[in-house]
Amino acid sequence: MSGGSEPVIQVEGLAKHFDGVQAVADVDFEVREGELFGFLGPNGAGKTTTINMLTGLARPDSGTIGIAGIDCSKKPKAAQHLMGVVPDESNLYPELSGFENLSFCGALYGMDRRDRRERAGELLERFGLDAAAERKFAGYSKGMKRKLTIAAGIIHSPPILFLDEPTTGIDVASARQIRRLIADLNAAGTTIFLTTHYIEEAERLCGRIAFIVEGRIVRIDAVGNLMRLTEGRHVVRLSVSGGAAGLCEAIAAEMPHLACTTTGDGDIRVESTEPVRVGPLVRLLEDSGAEVFEARRVRESLEDVFVRITGIEAGAMKQEKDRAKAGAGA
Amino acid sequence: MRALTVFWNILSKDMRSYYLKPPNISWGLIFPLAWTGMFFIRSGVGLESVPELLPGVMAVSVLFGTTSMLAVTVTFEKKHRSFERLLLAPIPLELLMLAKTTGAIVFGVANAFVPVIMAAFLMDLSVVSWGTLIPAVVLIAFSSTFLGLFIAVSVSEVFEAQTFSNFFRFPMLFLCGLFFPIERLPVWLRPVSYAMPLTYGVDLLHESVRRAGTMPAVLDFGMLAAFCAVLFAVSLRNIKTKWIL
Repeated sequence: MSGGSEPVIQVEGLAKHFDGVQAVADVDFEVREGELFGFLGPNGAGKTTTINMLTGLARPDSGTIGIAGIDCSKKPKAAQHLMGVVPDESNLYPELSGFENLSFCGALYGMDRRDRRERAGELLERFGLDAAAERKFAGYSKGMKRKLTIAAGIIHSPPILFLDEPTTGIDVASARQIRRLIADLNAAGTTIFLTTHYIEEAERLCGRIAFIVEGRIVRIDAVGNLMRLTEGRHVVRLSVSGGAAGLCEAIAAEMPHLACTTTGDGDIRVESTEPVRVGPLVRLLEDSGAEVFEARRVRESLEDVFVRITGIEAGAMKQEKDRAKAGAGA
Repeated sequence: MRALTVFWNILSKDMRSYYLKPPNISWGLIFPLAWTGMFFIRSGVGLESVPELLPGVMAVSVLFGTTSMLAVTVTFEKKHRSFERLLLAPIPLELLMLAKTTGAIVFGVANAFVPVIMAAFLMDLSVVSWGTLIPAVVLIAFSSTFLGLFIAVSVSEVFEAQTFSNFFRFPMLFLCGLFFPIERLPVWLRPVSYAMPLTYGVDLLHESVRRAGTMPAVLDFGMLAAFCAVLFAVSLRNIKTKWIL
């Protein structure tokens, strides 16, 4: 759902430091009613710190936060009934069943017993967890835990939902289901603030995206506008034997109109504002002693835009996050 | 009404998840029994010593019953981030922490009455001043629980909370007038004794069971209430400054 004109989240000059490290610096943005807004950045960029400040779990050093017109930098409690929060870890109560967890979370928002029981049953069915409703949360799989945590975040039907890395560390089928649920929630009118390190997820779901690096927003734009940056660019990716070392120098010497880089997995990536002729390029590489296994034209994605704007290799960002998650889970 | 719903649900969840578990119930029964046995063996006297022992056993049961629980209900939940759910709820922090501590207070009061029930078979309880004893037990439970809360929010690991608790509990046990009358303590130790909430609670219990209090009851109640207010306020401030960074 595209956003309306009224901003429901307004952030100005937000800053936060921990132990001498500037976690968030001078962050400004607005999220409009009904919008699905993506917040993209590498590990440690300040995404979770920003969410914590928006939801009242952290106090900003400076700046203002407005949630539906309420000044949350001064009175965070006053706006919490408008928010649902899904943290980056599934933090429900392991000793309670799925149903009890949802019912308890509803009670925290003052829902009466009948309403929260009805809503819990409805959400369990909607998230495909009705068969596990009476099982303890501790016995749930990672995907089920994630789904129940999202259900707990929307038990009180909040108009604004904060989702921190909702699909990290879960199986493909569950991630697809969660993405569908997020899109449905947004289509039903919920304003969603989503942080993710899966760029393709943000591209698929979000209307607008902010790129945050080292606590600073480096770009905010509609996905359509960001994707327009890929127009007029021609990219060819080549898989070669023996690694790509030295080959870019050979290309630069013979075909200076081409920009050549090596990718994280050892391929060569060539780009130009003019169409790239593959035949001469392959011959040049073979003359340089490489064996070319595959050469393919690549349609640029939001990931390429992210790399160009932030200078951060998106694959490395995802691997870093996955390693951190695996380490935390070990 | 909404505040009441939230309060009741946090309390009843904690009761079901922590306090009404068989290990805690058996602990609540066995612990006062063990203390009673130890005191009897130590005193080497007969049933006539029961009124003398009862205030001490009650006080110790409340102190240990309450302070040990907060490490689980608060520190453990903070460590596993489920406490964040409570901090994100649109309720005042004061109400939230009262709901989190009420379970321990109820558990502490229940613990205190286990030795009273046992004593009912061994002594004439008609001499007890219930009008003093019951509010005294409740205030001891409040102050001990808030001490446990203060400890629980000062640390990040459950084992640290347990260790830190002992740093307070054992000096209180020996200096509150339970084992030795405060007048027999070295002069330099007496101010330490008077800086502990249990001292005033034990004095009230001695007064209500044996008419042997050494300080005016109003002073005891006032000091206990003051300790409750200060410990709760400091704990809230610690949560605001340490947990909501």
